[in-house]
Amino acid sequence: MSSNLKIYPNDPPSGMVETRGASIWFSHAIMILGVLVVFFPIWLAFVASTVTQPEIVQPPMPLWPGDQFFNNYHEALVSGVNVPVATMLLNSLIMAMGIAIGKIVISLLSAFAIVYFKFPGKMIFFWLIFMTLMLPVEVRIVPTYEVIAGFGMLNSYSGLILPLIASATATFLFRQFFMTVPDELAEAARVDGASPMRFFWDILFPMSRTNIAALFVILFIYGWNQYLWPLLITTDPSMNTIVMGIKQMFPSGDDVANWPVIMATSILAMIPPVIVVISMQKLFIRGLVDSEK
Amino acid sequence: MEKRVTFKGWLLPLFLIAPQVLVTAVFFFYPAGQAIWQSLFIPDPFGLSMQYVGLGNFEYLLSDPYYRTSFLTTAIFSTLVTLASMIPALFLAVVADRLIKGAGVYRTMLIWPYAVAPAIAGVLWLFMFNTRVGVVSWYLGNLGYDWNHVLNGGEAMGLVVVASAWGRISYNFLFFFAALQSIPKSVIEAAAIDGARFWRRFLTIVLPLLSPTTFFLLVVNVVYAFFETFGVIHTITSGGPQQSTTILVYKVFSDGFVGQDLGSSAAQSVILLFVVGALTIFQFKFIERRVHY
Repeated sequence: MSSNLKIYPNDPPSGMVETRGASIWFSHAIMILGVLVVFFPIWLAFVASTVTQPEIVQPPMPLWPGDQFFNNYHEALVSGVNVPVATMLLNSLIMAMGIAIGKIVISLLSAFAIVYFKFPGKMIFFWLIFMTLMLPVEVRIVPTYEVIAGFGMLNSYSGLILPLIASATATFLFRQFFMTVPDELAEAARVDGASPMRFFWDILFPMSRTNIAALFVILFIYGWNQYLWPLLITTDPSMNTIVMGIKQMFPSGDDVANWPVIMATSILAMIPPVIVVISMQKLFIRGLVDSEK
Repeated sequence: MEKRVTFKGWLLPLFLIAPQVLVTAVFFFYPAGQAIWQSLFIPDPFGLSMQYVGLGNFEYLLSDPYYRTSFLTTAIFSTLVTLASMIPALFLAVVADRLIKGAGVYRTMLIWPYAVAPAIAGVLWLFMFNTRVGVVSWYLGNLGYDWNHVLNGGEAMGLVVVASAWGRISYNFLFFFAALQSIPKSVIEAAAIDGARFWRRFLTIVLPLLSPTTFFLLVVNVVYAFFETFGVIHTITSGGPQQSTTILVYKVFSDGFVGQDLGSSAAQSVILLFVVGALTIFQFKFIERRVHY
C-alpha cells in the first residue's frame, strides 16, 4: 500500500498490528491534545503570574504571557502577602528533606534489625511497626495535634517532621529488599569476623543505594506536598510551608485576591517537586512501583 | 520471612529498632489510643471535665443525618474521582502504547501534574472557575451557562472531583503504560494475524491482562480520594455549599478544630481507622493473590 510509508526511517517492521501512516498521526494528535488539556491549568497559572492584576480581574484574562514576570515573582519572593515566599520555600525544603531523610534513616536501621537479628520481642515490634502501614495522619489529627502541643512543638520544624515519619512503608520496602540479598554475603562477613554494623555500612548500605534514591524521590514529594498537618501546627506565618501558605494568601471577605502574586507562588510551589520528578524520572517510576507493591 | 544467616546479640538490634518504635509509639499508637479513649467521652462546655458516655458518640454519629450524608458524599466523591482519573489515563496509555517513537516524551509531559500538590491543584482549578475572574467560567457565561460553584452544590462537587482527579491521571497513566508495555507484542500480533481488530484485541486480550493493575489502581485511588484530597476541598469549597463537599476526613477536621467537638471528632477518627484497616486488609489479600498470579 502506498500509504504504508515509513514516517520514521528507523521504525522497526510494523507487522500485522496497525502502526502505520494515518493511524500513527492520529495517535500523536490524541496524545498532543491530551498533554495540552492536562497542561492547561499550569499554563494558565503561569500566564497569570506574568500579567498585571487589572488584566486578570477584567475577564477574560489573556492566554499568552505578559511582561510582568520579574515584577510579580520578585514581589512574591521578597514580600509575598503575609510572609515572603522565599521563607515559605525554605520551610518546605526543610520539612521535605527532614521527612525524606528521617524516614529513610529510621527505616534502614529497623529493617536491618528485623531481617538480620533474632531478639526478644522481635515479632511484637514487627507488628507494631507494620500496623501503621497506610494510616495517614489525617485520621488521627486531633490527638496527634495534642501530643505536639504538649511537647511544645507547635511552630517548629520537629513538630512538622516527626509525626510524618511514623509510617512503615519505607521499613517494609527495605525489609523486602534485604530479604533478596544473598545469605552468602552475611555469611562471609561473619566468617571474616566483621561486626554487624561493619556489614551494614560496607555491604548492605552500598547495595541499597538505588532503592534509597528511588524512595527519596517519593518521600520528598510526599513531604513537600503536605497540607493539613502544616495548616494545623504552624500558626506563626514565618513557619508556613508554601503549599499551605497559598491558602492564607487569599483575603477573607470581599477583598480581591492578589492573583498575579498568588499564581507566581503556586508556580514556585510546584517547581521543586517537578524538577525532582522530571530529573529523576527513572528512579521516580521505580520508586513508585516499588513502594506501592 | 526468616533469614538463614543472622547476627548474634540482642542489644544492638533493640538499639537499631528503637528510633522507629519510639516515633511510632509517640506519634501513632498514643494518638490512636487517645482517639479511641476520647471517643467514649463528652467534654463539658467549659472543657473542665469529661463525662463517660460509652458508645454514645458513635450512636449519635450514626443517627446524625449530617454524618450519614457525609458518608454518602464520600462514596460519590471517591467513585467519581476514581473513574475520572482512571478512564482518561487508560485511554492515553493505550494510545501512547501504540507509538514506537515519542511515547517517552509524552510520558515526561504527563508526569508533571503528579508533582503538583493537591492543595495547589485546588488553587489552579479555583482560578479557572472563579466566579469573578475565572477564564472557564467566563466562557461558560458567554455560552449562556451561569457557573457558580459557591452556591451550587453539584457544580462544587464537579469542580473538586476534577481538581482531585487531575493529578492522579499522571499516576494512573504511569502504571497503565508500564503494564501495557510489559504485554508481549507477540500475543497481540498473533491475535492480529488471526484477524482480530483493535477493539476485539483490546477487550479480549489487553483488558484481562491489565486487570491486576486496574484492580490495584482502584484500591489506591479510593484511598487517595478518601484521605489525600483534603487540600483540594479546603482550598476550593471548604466543604460547602451546605456541606455538599464535606467528605469524612474534612468532617473530622471541621468538627474537631473548627467546631471543637472533640468527642464526636474522636469517634469519627476511630470509624476512619476501621475504614483504613479494612482497605489495608483488602489490599493485602489482593497483593497475596497477585504474587501467585
